[in-house]
Amino acid sequence: MNVDNAWTPDLPIIRIADLYKSFNGIPVLSGISLEVAKGDVACIIGPSGSGKSTLLRCINALIPIDRGSILFEGTEVNSPTLDKLAIRKKIGMVFQQYNLFPHRTALQNIMMAPVHVLQQDPAEVEARAWTLLKKVRLEEKANSYPGELSGGQQQRVAIARSLAMNPDVMLFDEVTAALDPETVKEVLVTIRELVDDGMTCILVTHEMGFAREVGDAIYFTDRGVIVESGPPAQFFKEAKDPRTRAFLSQIL
Amino acid sequence: MRPGAEPTFRATDLPVILPAGEAPSHRGFAHRSFAASSAASLRLFTPAAAVVLFAALAVSILVAPAFAQLAQGHRPGVLEMLAKWTPLLFWGPDGEVAGFVLNVVVSFLTMAMGTVLGLFLGLAQVSPREWIRRPAWLTTQLFRNSPWLVLLFYFMLLLPYRIELFGTTIPLPGWAKASFALALPIMANLAEIVRGAINSIPTGQWESAESLAFTRSQTLWMIILPQCMKRMLPPWMNWYQILAMATPLISILGVNDCLRLTRDALAAEGSSEYLIPMYLWIMTWFFVYCYPIARWTQRLERKWSVDI
Repeated sequence: MNVDNAWTPDLPIIRIADLYKSFNGIPVLSGISLEVAKGDVACIIGPSGSGKSTLLRCINALIPIDRGSILFEGTEVNSPTLDKLAIRKKIGMVFQQYNLFPHRTALQNIMMAPVHVLQQDPAEVEARAWTLLKKVRLEEKANSYPGELSGGQQQRVAIARSLAMNPDVMLFDEVTAALDPETVKEVLVTIRELVDDGMTCILVTHEMGFAREVGDAIYFTDRGVIVESGPPAQFFKEAKDPRTRAFLSQIL
Repeated sequence: MRPGAEPTFRATDLPVILPAGEAPSHRGFAHRSFAASSAASLRLFTPAAAVVLFAALAVSILVAPAFAQLAQGHRPGVLEMLAKWTPLLFWGPDGEVAGFVLNVVVSFLTMAMGTVLGLFLGLAQVSPREWIRRPAWLTTQLFRNSPWLVLLFYFMLLLPYRIELFGTTIPLPGWAKASFALALPIMANLAEIVRGAINSIPTGQWESAESLAFTRSQTLWMIILPQCMKRMLPPWMNWYQILAMATPLISILGVNDCLRLTRDALAAEGSSEYLIPMYLWIMTWFFVYCYPIARWTQRLERKWSVDI
């Protein structure tokens, strides 16, 4: 991995500069710049179709970008020589649709990547998987298949699965959007605990209350640009841009 | 079932038996019109068909001897004749794998080759590399759209009767060549099933595997293909059944399968009145062998069409 030696943990762990991305000529991201420091939580909000999910997928190189720079721990993600797998080992991602592997139990879902990708000792991985299941309060569901779990339970397993890789950053892509209102809370509690443990997170969310509570910075995106950003207290009280205000008045 | 995930059976344009609800005879009238169009092929295999087949056999056994006696005085009865020839037609002559057993052996061999080749051809069709994907697509289309008999003739002539490999001579008997020739269309059709099944897995599965740093081949073999198994098994069994019924084609090429031996037996008897009972007898064997497979396939389809 071509880590830039100049990077140290006190520098931003993710630094995105002037990021452009279009699909079939339709611009999705048009000049995004943002920085996330270690231990910080960045919340990205905005109307659907504003490019939030695309932005997350660019960070762990699931989608190649057209122009600009994404530095993850000093490594340029937008590089033809990038070792994508090395980047992805350090960035966890949780999806709206959970995307658990339906043919494996909850425990196996958590163990698969550390055992087969990181080639760690299965016994050690299993011990850690149990700890993680305990952390997301699903020990009793260890041997259940995803189809037997509720949405909230699946999402918590998905979070544990990402954590099993010991990532430096977690990306959450509207992780509560597909959940029943009553199960949203259990997932948010899990994320909250992660944040309290000092995990660096980027959260794409529609849960404004939660964003305000855990976020260190809020970014409002619309049509591929960051319209407005700031610390939550300031952002939610004194939004200046009319687009931000319109969005917030619809949601809050 | 997640939204956007089409079941395999609809994602391909294969002549696969659709999970078209229930066969009408089993669930009363409620599903009749609903299942009517796509279940048409299934109706051939209802218990009623079995009754008709056996009835025809019985009638021919009873009636044919009457004609035989009218024509030529004393001739052995049909049952006697069938009993005499059955061991040969089923097992083949001593010291040789032939007869109905050979049909089964050829069907196994063909299916094994076709499955392995088809799996890799199907994987090649979903390769991200165009220089792999395109030839794979062409190969699939070529063998899916060629008549099996033409392929059989072609490979019987093309392949040598033995091959020299590192100084040893490996004989290539007719049935081995025939199995290879039949394996090619099976390969192409199974490749389509593999491709369809892979494409029917939600993209989220690929995405989450990628985000966990699985390589593409790890994702395929550990995450995608295991999920495809349930979707592929019923159409795979359906193709086995079609293949098993097609194995008598090899008799035309001089392989001693049960049809070829039947013709020899009829020639030896030298009398045409045994023709109908003899062929019906052979048909019955295939029916008894294939019908349970068809029923089992239907059961699996019904069972698995709802979950995942």
